Amino acid sequence: MASNDTIKKTLVVAVALCIVCSLVVSSAAVLLKPAQVKNKALDRKSNILAAAGMLEPGQSSAEIEEVYASKITPRIVDLQQGTYTDKFDPKNFEQRKIAKDPNTSVELSDAEDQANISRRENYSIVYLVEKDGELDKIILPVHGYGLWSTLYGFLALESDLNTVAGFGFYEHGETPGLGGEVDNPKWKGLWPGKEIYEDGEVAIKVVKGAVDPGANNVEHKVDGLSGATLTSNGVTNLVQFWMGEMGYKQFLANLKSGEA
Amino acid sequence: MSMKETLTGPVFNNNPIALQILGICSALAVTSSLNVTLVMCVSVIAVTAFSNLAVSSIRHHIPSSIRIIVQMVIIASLVIVVDQVLKAYFFTISKQLSVFVGLIITNCIVMGRAEGFAMKNGPVASFIDGIGNGLGYSVVLLFVAFFRELFGSGSLFGIQILETVNNGGWYVPNGMMLLPPSAFFLIGFFIWGLRAWKKDQVEEPEFKICSNTRAQEAV
Repeated sequence: MASNDTIKKTLVVAVALCIVCSLVVSSAAVLLKPAQVKNKALDRKSNILAAAGMLEPGQSSAEIEEVYASKITPRIVDLQQGTYTDKFDPKNFEQRKIAKDPNTSVELSDAEDQANISRRENYSIVYLVEKDGELDKIILPVHGYGLWSTLYGFLALESDLNTVAGFGFYEHGETPGLGGEVDNPKWKGLWPGKEIYEDGEVAIKVVKGAVDPGANNVEHKVDGLSGATLTSNGVTNLVQFWMGEMGYKQFLANLKSGEA
Repeated sequence: MSMKETLTGPVFNNNPIALQILGICSALAVTSSLNVTLVMCVSVIAVTAFSNLAVSSIRHHIPSSIRIIVQMVIIASLVIVVDQVLKAYFFTISKQLSVFVGLIITNCIVMGRAEGFAMKNGPVASFIDGIGNGLGYSVVLLFVAFFRELFGSGSLFGIQILETVNNGGWYVPNGMMLLPPSAFFLIGFFIWGLRAWKKDQVEEPEFKICSNTRAQEAV
């Protein structure tokens, strides 16, 4: 037993253990990688379809793939010009990488940074749903800071590019039951039909408490989440940011006039 | 100690959370819904059992100067494997557990059993001990999660039991239950109940309070 404590034995055990463990870890990572990548892609696709209201409950993964492939057209948008660009291939487009790279993103000043994301990517992927050759819906990725975490979601607009068709987050770390209620289907169901712009200005917001149906501008207001004021404010901020000058506003205007 | 005792002992008689007070941290973090808790429990059982097995199999060759690091490396590797498996086959749940799977590494139960049991016992007994301690951990976690999900969200395993006001029902959810501190109260109640049932777990008081001290004695 005592021989265990010699320097030689210690080194041998340490090295052997490291080799065995690294083999186990790396083979697990390599073998499971395809399944993980597939899961991630499928998760993203089902969230895109869910935002557009095109996801039926209980659909199998094959059906989701099929609906996605037949209905959704991804395109890349240059947010500075507000036009489509072919600079990147939508298939391998990694928005978060682009948002981090100083060459493809801009730093936001405090005044501009409403969504609290510090850098904004110059290129964003958007998803088009077409019907009979005409634009039916457009799905825009949005993100911004809530209370604890950055919320990542999709906002779908109707063909008038003003009315919300659907909204949902696919990644966040808000408190379950409070801010986490952003995932509540009932709350998400309040969004469709709401209008983003009023006289060209972003007017949509999440209010505190319930929206009074008799009040002015109900079409721009969504009920707040009770017990989650900061998450609700975060949602307001991120929607207003992405619909505003720094976000998709220019692109949507171009798209409407046919110049995108 | 028989195999059966090794397996069932840690569930109530020598519960890692209630008696040894280990692994409290994750009991606070991952108990707001039963589905997530269940996956966390299975993961912890797997990690404790296999790390005990691995540590016990090489226990005669571990130099005592680096034994803690050796245990840590084994545990960390297993946790990474578990995390990868969850990401590949239980994607939605792994998204909810996020960082907490990784934090199994820091769960004191895993390391406590590797150092306290597996270093001195054979591989089979250690494996069983790992499962037993994992089960003991699971019992407490499921107990806490049951109450937190029922009173915090009005549901069990995601199925609505008490219709909440948000969904047009009558039940006003208890927001406190959704926040980690509520688990402290629940674990406290669990330990109280357990010690009322099994009196031998009650600890000797460390000091006795004197009867009626007079003010002048303190001066």
